[in-house]
Amino acid sequence: MFLTDEFRLKVGLAEQLKGGVIMDVTDADQAKVAEQAGAVAVMALERVPADIRKEGGVARMANIEKIREIMATVTIPVMAKTRIGHFAEAMVLQALKVDYIDESEVLTPADEEHHIDKHGFRTPFVCGARNLGEALRRIAEGAAMIRTKGEAGSGNVVEAVRHMRAIQRQMRQLKVASRDELAGIAKELQAPLELVESVAHEGKLPVPNFSAGGIATPADAALVMSLGAEAVFVGSGIFKSEDPERRAAAVVKATTFFSDPEKLLEACRDLGEPMPGLDVATLDESELLQTRGW
Amino acid sequence: MKIGVLSLQGDFDAHAKRLAQLGADPVEVRYGEQLDRVQGLVLPGGESTTNLILLEEEGLWCPLHSFAAEKPILGTCAGAILLAREVENPSQPSLAAIDMRIERNAYGRQSDSSIRVVEPEPMFARRASGDALEAVFIRAPIIRSVGPSVDVLLRDAGNPILVEQGRHLAATFHAELTDDTRLHELFLGKVKSGHR
Repeated sequence: MFLTDEFRLKVGLAEQLKGGVIMDVTDADQAKVAEQAGAVAVMALERVPADIRKEGGVARMANIEKIREIMATVTIPVMAKTRIGHFAEAMVLQALKVDYIDESEVLTPADEEHHIDKHGFRTPFVCGARNLGEALRRIAEGAAMIRTKGEAGSGNVVEAVRHMRAIQRQMRQLKVASRDELAGIAKELQAPLELVESVAHEGKLPVPNFSAGGIATPADAALVMSLGAEAVFVGSGIFKSEDPERRAAAVVKATTFFSDPEKLLEACRDLGEPMPGLDVATLDESELLQTRGW
Repeated sequence: MKIGVLSLQGDFDAHAKRLAQLGADPVEVRYGEQLDRVQGLVLPGGESTTNLILLEEEGLWCPLHSFAAEKPILGTCAGAILLAREVENPSQPSLAAIDMRIERNAYGRQSDSSIRVVEPEPMFARRASGDALEAVFIRAPIIRSVGPSVDVLLRDAGNPILVEQGRHLAATFHAELTDDTRLHELFLGKVKSGHR
């Protein structure tokens, strides 16, 4: 599966986004702000996760005219979200020629048992994961980029950290496993043996591994980068903060210089208030977005 | 041989791996002063806009201009855009190290990205080998014109995709995403031989 030209092109674009920040935007004006701050791509959606959480209701793929406006406004890649399992929304996004599709737990799932068969699409997909097994199942379905799920719209980085650490830890464990243990581990992870073998051999996922879900400050971005994220998604963190322009630029800087304390200090100065945060531990199980999908 | 890879954003890691595979010593470059310690520099693919903003913000234009005046640079995709004399779609600042006019995202969006097999021009065949080359184009630019002192080493559909001017090389495709090591070998050869 990794040798087809089509899959290599999908992963190839993800490779170009490494070390960068992908920002959620709901209209062309926000997209422009994101681009001017140095975002490597924007993610078009109808409402940012914090608003979806507050307002409730069914969250769907964004309005097509909005996505089109965003695509016409910026030169950086434009991604858009589809509901889990909603392959018809994905078909629309592919026809619209967005550059990447996010099959996202942030939107209301359309199918509680099946994810989209992503191999059937020319447009590359990114999917969320909480652990290595989930990441490998999505890759088996054709995802060309993985991101941690974290807890979107919470402004709380704890879940993104948990998920990134889980994936990294499980990959390290695979590296020291003996060949005859791999089948047992694949069974435990509920992931295809072929992919488990690939991770054991390479020491990393066969596609780029980014972080998302609760990143609200430059320091949050530096934290997940230090834990092994290859790029960062910021959802509500930018446009729910007091000064989106400055915060967006600061997160970009912190993502590039994640291991340099002086540069991080520069990035953290004069940002105004971040988005309000939620204690994830106090959320009811039904309010969690990360448990959508499997 | 220490070779810098500009590592602000993009697929710098893939370039570093390729350089290490060929026996060079890659250095991730994020600060101007690091350029004093490398003999050649790779400008990787990535998002052109993002890289421009970070270059400006971190004061890297000046050290890069000085470096380009003395030592070899290889630019791929966004890196090739940075080396051009003139950039279109939109117009943006660049190092003007290679006399060419380049258009960003000239093939279109990701749906127009492609992998194509290219037959080398005689000059590439002579200096590397005549075997066909796999070129990975991802939201790639197109070189619309080149000046008289620029050599075209590879073409696809009539457009130059690998060009050379003096010590510098620019490719609109991603050699770092294939198993073909010839482009990086060519570059390391230039660094080693004093830029020819």
